[in-house]
Amino acid sequence: MPAQLYPGPHPAAAPRATPDADGPSLPMLRMRGRSIMALVIAPEPPFTNWFAALDQQMRRSAGFFADRPVVVDLAAVIESVGREAIPVALEGLEARGLRVIGAEGVGPRLLAGTRWARLPTSLHGRDVAQAPAADPPAAAAVRSLLVDRPVRSGQSIVFEDGDITVVGAVASGAEVIAGGSIHVYGALRGRALAGLRTGAGARIFCRRLEAELVGVDQLYRTAEHWGPDLHGRAVQVHCDRGALQLSALD
Amino acid sequence: MPKVVVVTSGKGGVGKTTSSASLGAALAQEGHKVVVIDFDVGLRNLDLVMGAERRVVFDLVNVVQGDAKLPQALIRDKRVETLYLLPASQTRDKDALTEEGVGRVIDDLRESFDWIICDSPAGIEKGATLAMRFADLAVVVTNPEVSSVRDSDRIIGMLDSKTLHAENGGRLEKQLLLTRYDPARAARGEMMKVEDVLEILAIPLLGIVAESPDVLTASNVGCPVTLHNPGSPAARAYRDAARRLLGETIAVDEPQQERRGFMSRLFGRKAAA
Repeated sequence: MPAQLYPGPHPAAAPRATPDADGPSLPMLRMRGRSIMALVIAPEPPFTNWFAALDQQMRRSAGFFADRPVVVDLAAVIESVGREAIPVALEGLEARGLRVIGAEGVGPRLLAGTRWARLPTSLHGRDVAQAPAADPPAAAAVRSLLVDRPVRSGQSIVFEDGDITVVGAVASGAEVIAGGSIHVYGALRGRALAGLRTGAGARIFCRRLEAELVGVDQLYRTAEHWGPDLHGRAVQVHCDRGALQLSALD
Repeated sequence: MPKVVVVTSGKGGVGKTTSSASLGAALAQEGHKVVVIDFDVGLRNLDLVMGAERRVVFDLVNVVQGDAKLPQALIRDKRVETLYLLPASQTRDKDALTEEGVGRVIDDLRESFDWIICDSPAGIEKGATLAMRFADLAVVVTNPEVSSVRDSDRIIGMLDSKTLHAENGGRLEKQLLLTRYDPARAARGEMMKVEDVLEILAIPLLGIVAESPDVLTASNVGCPVTLHNPGSPAARAYRDAARRLLGETIAVDEPQQERRGFMSRLFGRKAAA
């Protein structure tokens, strides 16, 4: 209960409402506190490139911004272009259907006179390490990405909407990042990070474990943790009561 | 049908320039008309390795920028008359090259040559990407060392995404040339095995060239090893690789230590398809 928000005694704590002298009794206000997760994004000039990247991100994972409040960090915009670029950035975001609920890195003075004058500029909150896991899309079709060639060193395969299957090896210095599980029909020598969306339910499977790093749902292990016993074997990686478990499949 | 070959590796010092010169010379010795282009603008070496350093007047940058005509910049080899060199500039840097200019030069060369060999600089920046840009085939030069193998893997990824062939939806043909292979160290387990390299890179094998003083000597006297010492194992390896590029099927021999047994002689490695 956000009792401290009220300057006076909390309405619920007040004694039973007594009729005021000058009118009928008003209904008692009920309020609840709620914390929500907002995405903080910071547009950067040149805007053409930045918005193109945003469009690509939105195409790639359509549900990413859906119904999610967005806080805009305008510090970079003001620093490199100036205040006249603020409406450009905000209009660009609005045109893409993003729900901007606040701004950062900008004083109310700079927004005054624009139609964003009422946008809160001093939202509190702290950064979380990762984008919050979205609710699993209700009854959405299972989606997966099939990569039927080796993933080469330096390449990064990111698929947030589902599972990734690689037919071939994932090279040292390559990375595969999936919203769901990862299946590698070959040697896994690079990094694999699973469960970006589905969380602890995701798993990583590989025909041969020679990986540099594996991770599921914010838990990760590097090669030195699992030692030589599993090296070169068919292995699955999954979360078990908050710990990452690696076990041989053969 | 002229073929544009890029000789590339990612890592430096693995033998790209030596291999470009040797493969070029070997193809020319087979009677094909060959030009070898040095893309290492600013750090040119191919002219030294081919012994033409005192004959350079115009270079690739001059042609790309339109300051010289292509025939003015081409240097004909004095030993094999179907072998030509297009040198790089030593005084400029890679930014002097443009994609459009390089494309024009390669189109012109396609008119009159059978093989256009692009000697790529090390790295993954502009020089290397321009060298691979118009290739029909890539020869990936790799040493049996983990660092070289990983860099080659990176380059293969770029060959699959940054070349014109790849952007047009095709898949660029890639072949592995394993160089500086040391049979003694391999026998002691100090070097990656051929099988392991092939397994990681997953591309067909064009040939294996053993580490040899013959190669170094040939570079120092400015003569590709296939011309300087045709009887040496390295020259034989390059000649076989060149003939595989021409479509012949020749088994790849894994270089052995001094004394080779009868059985290992009998069971050579199978060549790339």
